[in-house]
Order: sequence, then structure tokens, then C-alpha cells
Amino acid sequence: MWRQWIPFWQPALSLHSGDVDLLFAGLLVASALVLGLLFFLLMLFCVRYRAGNQTDRDDRVVKSWHWEVGWTTASFICFLGLFVWGASVYFQIYKTQADEHDVFVVAKQWMWKTQHPGGQSEIDALHIPVKRPVRLVMASQDVIHSFFIPALRLKHDVVPGRYQDLEIEVDKPGHYHLFCAEYCGTDHSGMIGEIVAMEPADFSNWLTQQAPLSPLADEGGVLFRELGCSGCHGYGSKVRAPPLEGLYGKPVPLSDGTSVIADDKYIRDSILLPRSQVVASYEPLMPSFEGKVSEDQLLRLVLYIKSLAGRQS
Amino acid sequence: MSEKNYLTTDYTLKSWFLTTDHKRIAILYFASLIFFFFIGGAAATAIRIELATPQADLVSSDIYNRLFTMHGIIMVWFFLIPSIPNTLGNFIVPLMIGARDLAFPRLNLMSWYIFMLGGCTTLFAIFAGGVDTGWTFYTPFSTLYSNSYVIVAAAGVFIAGFSSILTGLNFIVTIHRLRAPGLTWYRLPLFLWSLYATSVILVLATPVLAITLILIATERFFGVGIFDPRIGGDPLLFQHLFWFYSHPAVYIMILPGMGVINELVSCYSRKQVFGYKFVAWASLAIAAVGFLVWGHHMFVSGQSLVASLVFSFMSFIVAVPSAIKVFNWTATLHKGSIHFDAPMLYALAFIGLFTIGGLTGLFLACLAFDVHATDTYFVVAHFHYIMVGGMVTAYFGGLHYWWPKMTGRHYSEYWARTAAVLIFFGFNLTFFPQFILGAEGMPRRYHVYPPEFQVWNVLSSGGAAILAVAYLMPLLYLGYSAFFGARASANPWNATGLEWQTSSPPPEFNFTTQPVVTRAPYQYNGDFQAEPQNA
Ligand code: HEM
Ligand SMILES: [Cu+2]
Repeated sequence: MWRQWIPFWQPALSLHSGDVDLLFAGLLVASALVLGLLFFLLMLFCVRYRAGNQTDRDDRVVKSWHWEVGWTTASFICFLGLFVWGASVYFQIYKTQADEHDVFVVAKQWMWKTQHPGGQSEIDALHIPVKRPVRLVMASQDVIHSFFIPALRLKHDVVPGRYQDLEIEVDKPGHYHLFCAEYCGTDHSGMIGEIVAMEPADFSNWLTQQAPLSPLADEGGVLFRELGCSGCHGYGSKVRAPPLEGLYGKPVPLSDGTSVIADDKYIRDSILLPRSQVVASYEPLMPSFEGKVSEDQLLRLVLYIKSLAGRQS
Repeated sequence: MSEKNYLTTDYTLKSWFLTTDHKRIAILYFASLIFFFFIGGAAATAIRIELATPQADLVSSDIYNRLFTMHGIIMVWFFLIPSIPNTLGNFIVPLMIGARDLAFPRLNLMSWYIFMLGGCTTLFAIFAGGVDTGWTFYTPFSTLYSNSYVIVAAAGVFIAGFSSILTGLNFIVTIHRLRAPGLTWYRLPLFLWSLYATSVILVLATPVLAITLILIATERFFGVGIFDPRIGGDPLLFQHLFWFYSHPAVYIMILPGMGVINELVSCYSRKQVFGYKFVAWASLAIAAVGFLVWGHHMFVSGQSLVASLVFSFMSFIVAVPSAIKVFNWTATLHKGSIHFDAPMLYALAFIGLFTIGGLTGLFLACLAFDVHATDTYFVVAHFHYIMVGGMVTAYFGGLHYWWPKMTGRHYSEYWARTAAVLIFFGFNLTFFPQFILGAEGMPRRYHVYPPEFQVWNVLSSGGAAILAVAYLMPLLYLGYSAFFGARASANPWNATGLEWQTSSPPPEFNFTTQPVVTRAPYQYNGDFQAEPQNA
């Protein structure tokens, strides 16, 4: 493969990153051609038409617009091609589909905290199985960070106040850099970690070894009661609030006539900004939990509600 | 040579600090910019020394962050944006259009004072303790988390913005109203077209920056929740506002440079600029489309995929007029009679470096590749190729070209050429390795880095050492020439612009008789056998 000709270039580790490398190669070839042509002409003219050199300089005033029209269209068409290519790969990369294995990522000054659905949590590291798409649900506790894995040619900003989804997949076991790419204050350059890709069997071993006493969803359940959510959403409560069992993943009709799918984002928003999307035929009674719950707690709550998906209300 | 010129009319300090002569104001700006350039350069030097090793050995991370912030803020707002417009532009514009001065001479002096006030405010922020937000001031870091002099620094930039707006207005009105008889739009030198386009951006975009900076201050003082997500604000709103100014601002930084290159290329190849009208309109096209591409700084921020698509497309479009210019400069050389004086060496360096910067800009406009490259050293390399390889090189070229006009003296051609060549090599050695670093994934604004990136960082730091020496050289030989250089004639390069029709240095009111224009610009014809007179 062409990649081996460039000694410092680390091979790409997944389908998508292979596509990005190909695109990079395409861009390099295209610009090498343009640069080559330009430098050749510059050299040629500089040598041939240097002052004092006797050479043919006739017809120099005669000029038509053909040239300009020519190179304007040529560069435009070339650009259009690159644009389409780049855009299609971009859509591939950022199109998240499967949530076979969700991992929650909380970024904060200056560390990455990752949590597996079973409650296994890590600091500045993320273990994943190879050849399987892993969906990251990322949130930031403070400022904007950016989750960057050079080996996957992949990054995504982690912006406080919203969840960001990113699907990653690694094809080869190994340790890879994880950087914070968005400047986030004093120890920005210390906010680095590693992605540890393992064979699926090793990975499940690792998961079982790390399994915590109480899985995240259970902790979420405890919080659900502690914070008083169950007071309204629980069975037999006097306040009329929508039941949450079986909610996750279903469409929810809203009071403004539209409807949304109850996904992570929706649940998070409902906890933080309950008035922005009121469920049809309910009063907007719920208080905001903005500032009262941390990102870690939010994740647990969301997971708890998610774990109710299978139950009947 | 006993006739009084603008330098010799009066020698008092008052005559300098209260002058309304655009030429003297240009000199005031020139001196201030040299000062700021060296402060920014000193920070760059410290950064590069620190980065020569992967560990933190020279400075702590807090100091490092303050260094690159100071480097960025000073270089962008107190060097790049004012450089060509306020020094060369101020000096040359009225001369080029055959006017006695700019349209509003006092406003011009006032913008220098405002500029200095902004500069001093920013310097105060830096020396009182510094700012650690990066020149981009991204929220919510700048509004909630940074405990540094954010507001003072932002105030400095805010104040300097008014200077930009006033200068822009002054140029627009001057170019509209004060052209000499016969100087129609299509007879304007291309330098003026590009300054005109620049001024339009200055006037339209700078207010957005001002608003953005006010919002930061409001948020920091009162926590009103513009950018703070916990109370309903949006951190990305800041990025939209900021880049709505700052993307056009990079054209403020490069368009005047392109304008200078037109003058140089045609003068030293003794030929009309190829495709005058295309080049002229390309400037305005860049200015206009430049307003529609700000979102390409946010491809990984989580903005909608469709928005990214549109911004990527517009970014490719804005590259077309830039490509036109590069091709037209090259075509200008064809069948010319090329003289390799120092300004021409700078111009040729500009074409090469700007093209590399522009092409790598396409890499970044290309969505999927940007995902990998953004916020890495690839971006650092790219914008230095445009801003330093482009703008600073053009500035040096223009400075050498008009130096005899400004001072009435010649510099040492030998040293000038040596410096030009050294800058070219030093520059490439400094910044080319950064493309590789970025492609390998080294993030920018990193103070310590994994050891495998060291080789390229050492090369880059070595290049920076050469570059630092090369940038100091003009200070010496130009400074020497200002006092001891050989006297220059009115038109040492045999150039065609109106500015060469008056003595060097020009008299206080520029022309003894009102010039009248009867020809298109750049009528260099047929003298490719004879050397031009280098007095
Ligand atoms: C003389 C050689 C120069 C060197 C060695 C140099 C080096 C650097 C480096 C290493 C950075 C990246 C800092 C980081 O992201 O960690 C940087 C950033 C920057 N440089 Fe330079 N630079 C030089 C000259 C210039 C000049 C002349 C200008 C403008 C006229 C300039 C404008 C900038 C800007 C705007 C930034 C971004 C600052 C930020 O990230 O906030 N540089 N420079
Ligand atoms: Cu970070």
C-alpha cells in the first residue's frame, strides 16, 4: 500500500480512517500537480524572461480571456470534485447507527472519564473491543473539549450543555492516543489518554474483572428516588406526570403538536429544561434540575430511565 | 535637494504627534508596528524554544498558555490587520491617486491614537498577568473559567477595532472622492482595489467583533447566560459570532498583501498585470464570499451536517478568485523582462508560499480531512503560510519597494536579497514540518507532547532560529539606509504609478502640480532591453 512509502505515517485503523487517508492522498496528489505546474512555469518564465536575455517577446500585448475562463472553470471543477468526495466521507464518519455498546464519556478539566454500561469506569483510558462499532455519548462538565483519536482520523468537540454522539470502530488491537484537541485551559496538553482496543474475548474478560458493585442504572434508580423524581413519576403519585416505563426510544407527542423520539438527548433536556418540550396533555409543572445534578448523575439517571424501556407502565 | 519634504518640514516632537499628514502618520504606525512585531516575535521564540523538547522545561503550562495567547493577539490585531493598510496604505494611497491627503486627515491621526490606546491596554493586560484564552477567546472558558485578564485584553482589542473601522471608512471615502482627474476605476492600481475591498470588510465585520467582545464582558460581569449552557446560553453562539468577524478578518490580512504583489510583479517584469479586470474583481469577490464561510471553523463542533456542507462548499468557492490571482501573476511573468531586485524576490516567495497556504486551506475545507486536521499543527502551519508566508512577506516586499519613496534613500541591495532568501528558507524550515506534525495528529496549543513528535518539532525550532535572524536583518540595513543610504531619485524603479511622479521623499502636500491621468495603469512597455535606472 502507498501508506508504507511514507515512513512516519501511521496506518489507519478502520474503514472510515482508511477513507480519510485516501482522501488525503487525493488532496496531496491534486495539490502536487498544481504546485508542480506552477513552480515549473515560475522557474521557466524566470529563467527565460530574465532581463537582458534575448528571447522572443513578441505578441505580448495580445491577450484573450480564454485563459482566465479556462483556469477559472478548471479550478472550479477540480474543487467541486474534492468537495463532494470530502463531504461524502464526512457523512459516513458522523453517521451514528448502532448502539450495541454505549460508552459514556465525561470530559472535564483536565481528564477524560469514561463509563461502560455495566458501571465500569476509567480515567484517561477507554477499553473497547475490536471490529465492533462502539457508540460514545459525550458530555462536558465545564468548558469545550474535543475528543480526538488521530489513529482513527476522528475527532468531535464535547460541548457543555449537550450530548454528542460519536461512533468509533477499531480494527486492530493496540494502544492508541486519545487527545483533547480543543484548548481547555491550564493543563490542556495533559488531557490525554489512551484507547485500548482488545480482542472481543479479552475485552469481556476485562469487563467482568472491572465490574463494579452496583451498575450505573441501579445508581440512577437510587438518585431517581433521592432527587424526588419518583414523587411525581412514580406509581400512585398525586401529581400527574408522564410515566417513564417503556418510554425510551418511543415517539413522544408534545403539547405544541409535534413529537420527538425519547432518546438520550430528549431525556437529558427534559431533566434540565423541562419547559422546553412539554408532553401533550400534561401541565408544565416539573422544576428544572439545572445546576442540581452533575453530568455524572445525569448519565446515571438517563441510564436508569433507559433501563425501564422494557417495562410496561 | 534643498527643497523641503515631509520629513524636513519641521523637526519638533509636536509636529510629529499632532501631524495630520498621512505620510507622517504612516511613519508613526510603522514604528508602532515594528514594536508590536517584536513583542509577538519574542513570544514566538519562547514558544519554539519550549517546544524543542517534549517535556516542559522552559516555562510552566500557565505561562505557555499566556505566551501563545499573547503571540496570537498581538500578531493578529496589532500587527497583521493594521500592517499594510495602515503603514504602506496610509503612505501610498493619497500619492497613488494624486491627492494631497486622505479624505479625513484628523480622523486618520485619531485612529492612530485609538490604535495605540488599544495596544497599550492589551500590553497592560499582558504585563499585569496575562491572558490564557488563546486569541480566539472561546467561551465558556473565557467567560467562566479563565481567571486571567480576559476583560482587559478584550477591551484592548475592542478599542483597536474602532481604529480599523475609521481607517476603513477613510480609505473608502478617499478612493471614491479624491482621485485625480482622469483616474477612473479601471485605471486604479490594483493595490487600491484590494485596499478598497479590505476596507469594506473592516467596516462591515469589525462591529460584529465589537459586539462579541461586549457580550463576553457582560457575561463575565453579570453571568447573564448568553454563552453559559447552565442558564440557557449557547457556547457555540460565541464561535459563530467570533468567526463571522474573524474569517473575513483573514482576508483583511491577505488582500492588501495580494495588492502589493500586483505592483511588484508588474513593475519588475516590466509588464502590465495579466487580466487586470479579473484581478480587480477577484478582490471584491473574495471580500464578499469571505463573509459566508465562517462555519468552516466548526466542522467538528456538532453543528448540523447540512450547515457543514454549505460552509465547505462556500469555502471551495472562495478559493476560486484566489486561484485566479495566482495564475494571473504567473501569466504576468510570461514574456516579461524580469528583474530580480529584492522586492521581486519577496513577491516570488509570496506566490510560492501563498499557494502552499491556499492549497492546504482546501485540505481543511474538505470536510472529512478537516475532522482529522483541525486543531492540530496542520492548521498552525496552514495559517502561518497564509499570514506569515503571505502577508508578512508581501509587507516586506512592499516596504522595500516603497522604501526609497518613503525615506529618499536606497538600502543595500545585497543585504536585502540575502535577507529575502534567508526568510524564505527559514520560513519553510519552520512551518513545513508542522504540516507533518499535524497530519500525524499533534494537537495545537500543546505545551508538552508525546516524544514521537520531537524530530519535526526540533526542525521547526531550528527553522525559527534562522527566521528570527532573517527578520532582524531588515531592521539593521533598512535602519542604516534611512540615515546613510544613497539618495534615491523620484522614480528609481522606473515604475508607472502616480506615487513615482513626485520627489522622493514627497513634499508635504505630495504634488507641486495636480497630476492628470491619461493612461491605464502598468503601462510598462518595450524596455526589456534596458535596465531600469537604479540610482
Ligand atoms: C517568527 C516565527 C514564528 C513562529 C516560530 C511562530 C510560532 C507559532 C506557534 C508554534 C504557534 C502555535 C502555538 C500553539 O498553538 O501552541 C503559533 C500560533 C500563532 N501564530 Fe505564530 N509564529 C511565528 C510568527 C508569527 C507571525 C509573524 C504571526 C502573525 C503576523 C503569527 C501568528 C500566529 C497566530 C495568530 C497564532 C495562533 C495563536 C493561538 O493559537 O491563539 N505567528 N505561532
Ligand atoms: Cu480539554
